[in-house]
Amino acid sequence: MLENQQEFLKTSPYSLTHEEKRKKFTEYMNELTKYHYENSAEYKKMLEGLNYSPQKNYELEELPFLPVGLFKEYELHSVPKEKIVKTMKSSGTSGQKQSKVLLDSATTRSQSRCLSYIIADFIGSKRLPMIILDTEIVKKDPRLFSARGAGIIGFSMFGRDVFFALDNDLKLKADELKNFIETHKENKFVLFGYTYIVWQFFAQEMKRLEINLNISDGDLFHIGGWKKLKDAAVSAEIFRDSLKNVCGNIKVHDYYGMAEQLGSVFVECEHGHKHCSIFSEIITRREKDFSPCDFGEVGIIELMSVLPSSYPGHIILTEDEGRILGEDDCPCGRKGKYFEILGRVKQAEIRGCSDTYGN
Amino acid sequence: MGIRNEELRIKNVKTDGLNFLAGEEIKNFSPLTPYSDNVCNFLNDFSAELLKDSRYRNFPDAATVAFFARAGNIKRLKKNFAGKNFRIGRGLAFHITPSNIPVQFMFSYFFGLLAGNANIVRVASKNFPQVDFLCEVLNKILAKDEYKKIREMTSIVRYDRESDWTKIFSSKCHVRLIWGGDSTIENIRKIPIPPRAVELVFADRYSLAILDENSVENLNETELNRLAQNFYNDTYLVDQNACSSPQLILWKSSESFHGREKFWSAVEKIVHEKYDFPPIKATTKYTNFCQNAIDFPQTEKLFKHDNFLYRVNVSEPFEGIENLRGKFGLFYENNFSSWQDWREIVSEKFQTLTYFGFSPKDLAEEVIKNNWLGIDRIVPIGRALDIGIFWDGYDLIGQMSRVIDAQ
Repeated sequence: MLENQQEFLKTSPYSLTHEEKRKKFTEYMNELTKYHYENSAEYKKMLEGLNYSPQKNYELEELPFLPVGLFKEYELHSVPKEKIVKTMKSSGTSGQKQSKVLLDSATTRSQSRCLSYIIADFIGSKRLPMIILDTEIVKKDPRLFSARGAGIIGFSMFGRDVFFALDNDLKLKADELKNFIETHKENKFVLFGYTYIVWQFFAQEMKRLEINLNISDGDLFHIGGWKKLKDAAVSAEIFRDSLKNVCGNIKVHDYYGMAEQLGSVFVECEHGHKHCSIFSEIITRREKDFSPCDFGEVGIIELMSVLPSSYPGHIILTEDEGRILGEDDCPCGRKGKYFEILGRVKQAEIRGCSDTYGN
Repeated sequence: MGIRNEELRIKNVKTDGLNFLAGEEIKNFSPLTPYSDNVCNFLNDFSAELLKDSRYRNFPDAATVAFFARAGNIKRLKKNFAGKNFRIGRGLAFHITPSNIPVQFMFSYFFGLLAGNANIVRVASKNFPQVDFLCEVLNKILAKDEYKKIREMTSIVRYDRESDWTKIFSSKCHVRLIWGGDSTIENIRKIPIPPRAVELVFADRYSLAILDENSVENLNETELNRLAQNFYNDTYLVDQNACSSPQLILWKSSESFHGREKFWSAVEKIVHEKYDFPPIKATTKYTNFCQNAIDFPQTEKLFKHDNFLYRVNVSEPFEGIENLRGKFGLFYENNFSSWQDWREIVSEKFQTLTYFGFSPKDLAEEVIKNNWLGIDRIVPIGRALDIGIFWDGYDLIGQMSRVIDAQ
């Protein structure tokens, strides 16, 4: 099975058109589904409930999707438990259950390879001086192996000389940062961080201190929810412009990814579109019957990834809404589907009679 | 007797932010006999005033409050209550009412009043226009001279749950009612009530429905639609999330199995017309289904119409079936053959059995014959949510009043 996955990993991430990708991708998704059906007891029960037959080959749109909430309820795995080397925990807010994603070494390896191919498509394969807009402690405690820490560790592989711009109290290390830029000033830089932290503890603070790094060439990648920023009325444009104002000539790439599908991320190009690579696929679905939406129509996002082999997370129904904007024809030249994210599905006022004291 | 201001000035208590939605601070009160004329007239006046106000049409749930309070209904209840005993209200009733059923607090208040008590009713802080509307009408009637006494027995309040008001009211009451789930009960029970006080709690419960398939097959289209509408009201109207909404549908099968398909397609039609179905309901329901498929080996394949209606057959009754639940229209079904199969299954969690094509008397006899701890409401489909003076196995007026045994 993994040989077929390696095939994907040998191909350039945005090189295949719909026709070139579809057949191979569908075959591999069927293969993965069968594999997880046979190797994860929970997944098998779920698929039986959904009327899945391992004898049949399905179209991509017909393959069953696992609701992302199940990662909070079960420790799903498709390899013997002793092969699990890492358990990824979502950075869920306190009081909420965290999701747990169980990884073996093959899966973690392909995750990092996949991520490096995707990022290389944007910044080239040469290692560059890197600024992490976060604190170093999030990656230090292995027991707190969170998506945030893992994201940072995963990303710092692309850096030659890695500098953490915030101290343990999330305070900006302004002078050291200026020195770091000075030392590497003839280089292109790469910056990375979590959207909210980048905004709150970096961009705002830089502005307050009236610092401009005057970077001559660089890329900033940021990941994570927009909810807090939306509440503060910070749009993507304001975010981008503010960062350019304090950093200099940088390109800002928002990227979308799930702790449940690390590696096969969806990076925003210079036209503001998030792109599927050949390692991943997106389907948007209508709430009334889960039928696939047309391009341009808002739906619930389903994500596919060729990477998960230690746990049945290759086809996930997220709790996000979005809209597919097109396929193979983005002006940036990347092939594959491109889309935009509209955020979490809205919570509903649920009627009923429990929880009286809640408020 | 009563709560006086000075008694509330205990040191270090957080007593800010007590808002009166209706009535006033209870200072002095004396309990009344159940169904006293003054209270019955008051309820009737309230009902008439509410139905005179055209706004009630916007709030079908507020209208149910008015229908409960109307003279005919109260007269009937009073007649059924009359016994040989002397009775009088216990004193002060403290009601903690649910946050997500907006009109519940009014029913609880009426039950307390009909039993002859003064009432402090805590309304959750979530804002509902129905609550404001009901309180406005209530205040109007309470202001009448002839209801001065009732006004002195009425405090409809709102306060922050972090404050100490629950503690203070609990320490003074003779009856405490806790509506809502197990965790609320667990929390509030940590707060003591006086030795003589009684407590009525409304825990998480499980409900089911039973239908005779032959009877469904014999319905004409109008009757079938009425049945489907009634079922919709029991379930979808409250997101299938009320304790008395059925989770499991038992079918006494016909030979053809046609009845259930007729029934579900009629339900589906109404759901498509009326049910609000945002994406969160679709994802929550799907997650719920998948989790149950993993946790309950007795559940079979999903019979999916579209996302509005999920049906799943259960191979057999099993112990713990009350934990198999759905929301937003996820129903479990089972072919019913005999209550014998349910002997060991029905637990104290079972609350309401709604029926179609069965005799309620026969069903009640099964509960007794099988010595079950659960099932305390047996009502026709369509009446699952109708709250009354009998609820969760309590005779509320009886429990909230005191017997004077004169021999």
